Amino acid sequence: MTGDDWQLVAFSARMAVCSTLLILPVGLALAWLLARRQWPGKAFVETFVSLPLVLPPVVTGLVLLQLFGLHGPLGRWLYARFGLEVVFTWKAVVLALGAMSFPLLVLFARTAVEDVNPALEQMARTLGAGEWRVLWTITLPLARRGILAGVLLAFARALGEFGATIMVAGNIPGRTTTLPVAIYSSVLNGDDTHAWILAGISTAIAFGALWIGERFLRRRK
Amino acid sequence: MNPLLHASFTKKFAGGPVVQADDLEIAATGVTVLFGPSGSGKTTMLRSLAGLEIPDTGEIRFGSETWFAAGKNLVPPRDRQLGFVPQDYALFPHLTVAANIAYGLPGRPARKKAARVAELCGWLGLDGLDRRLPSELSGGQQQRVALARAVARQPRLLLLDEPLTALDAPARQRLRGELRRLLRQLGIPTVVVTHDRLEALALGDELVVLDEGRIVQRGPVQEVFGRPASRTIAGIVAVETVQPGHVLALENGLATVRVGTARLTAVAGDLPPGTTDVFVCIRAEDVILSGDPGAHASPRNRLAAVVRALIKEGPVTRIELDCGFPLTAVLTRQACAELELAEGSPVLALVKAPQIHLVPRTN
Repeated sequence: MTGDDWQLVAFSARMAVCSTLLILPVGLALAWLLARRQWPGKAFVETFVSLPLVLPPVVTGLVLLQLFGLHGPLGRWLYARFGLEVVFTWKAVVLALGAMSFPLLVLFARTAVEDVNPALEQMARTLGAGEWRVLWTITLPLARRGILAGVLLAFARALGEFGATIMVAGNIPGRTTTLPVAIYSSVLNGDDTHAWILAGISTAIAFGALWIGERFLRRRK
Repeated sequence: MNPLLHASFTKKFAGGPVVQADDLEIAATGVTVLFGPSGSGKTTMLRSLAGLEIPDTGEIRFGSETWFAAGKNLVPPRDRQLGFVPQDYALFPHLTVAANIAYGLPGRPARKKAARVAELCGWLGLDGLDRRLPSELSGGQQQRVALARAVARQPRLLLLDEPLTALDAPARQRLRGELRRLLRQLGIPTVVVTHDRLEALALGDELVVLDEGRIVQRGPVQEVFGRPASRTIAGIVAVETVQPGHVLALENGLATVRVGTARLTAVAGDLPPGTTDVFVCIRAEDVILSGDPGAHASPRNRLAAVVRALIKEGPVTRIELDCGFPLTAVLTRQACAELELAEGSPVLALVKAPQIHLVPRTN
């Protein structure tokens, strides 16, 4: 492996960590709202959030490209307001990875919160706890294994993301190229050996994340 | 005297009966028991008092506060300052015994918290268990942790839902008398929900009888058991004679008990040693009447009695007797006629020792 390869691995891991951290607070809040509250439009949001799971990733990428491109509504606003350019930069990588792993996190975290016995939350309320204290001391600690499993799976999903990333971030070596994208271009360039090395690294990281996630889920029983 | 809590509300569940609490009153002292068969709405009433169920209509007032009115919880559960012990205890499984007990004491200095936890552990016999998780405790220990957690911050009202039902039979019998002693020591006004008449007798001062979602009778425990207002209620309480008694001796599994001016022999069963005050419970159908004082009979208890009243109830007649204490018997009309019973006539009441139930009653 060359120094460039290590840089590629480090970059991909950093992007996956960033996107996971970015979606964590939003994902947890949404998971809690879906698990514990009834509100108008809930069914719609539920379906909408799961869409990236079933859509072709390039479609998700296309939508992000349209929204965040310099002529897209969000991209134009970000540029005018903060001078931020998103598409074809590392920010677009984070965006694509986040969008693709968000539904997994929400799915797992929601199930984990639903599994917490509401009677325990009620009990805490009769003992004088407000909603924040109930969340921090009862709901989250009891749901933590499921949430952690969701976080790890979201991270693994982000590491493997290809279709949305290439649409919205492209393939700029050293700037937006992630592991899966690099594997793809190695094969295109006829460098099969290099592709296999990168594939091996991807497999090792994914295996590790799944294995740890599985162990967290197993310990719950 | 004004009641501490006054509630009138209705709550309907899909597919269930309408639960209707008409003028449910909780006294400022002692233990009020909500008693009735399963499905009679007792737990719904208790949870509504805790604010965990929101009634459809009505009002719940506590002292000068209005907790619930016009379909809204005006005071949420967290501000009601009450202690709630649900049937399955709902201990926090990820927290130690000490952390469970201290949950209602946030914001106090750690030293004060620890002192309060130690005090409660000592009082409830939980010493040395404070670092365990709830899953490492027996049912009886879990129940006491739940009680400790509920009372740690000195609530204004204590609510217990079937406090002994989750325990196995031996533990249940042992803790029945024990719980009464603890509740009296606490001195916090308490509401207990139960379907178990022995539990109601062991714990209650005031009794509220529920049937199909409605309050059908209320009054001091002894009075409600002794004078059920209808045959339905008689069927629910099912023990006609409940009298305070004093244990004179406990020997060979038999207890000698003074009731009024009479002395009875009863099977002591699981009566804890050292028990002095009991409720003596006798079902009317277990009382045998005989007109012949000379006849040989096996029952241990042969009581000279005088008939005070005869009440006809369909095919049977209830007979109120005075045998040194008020005793109720029930006979068929024919049996009544054969014995030539009338008000004032003397008769011999026979009760077998195993049919006299003693319920410990610490005072």
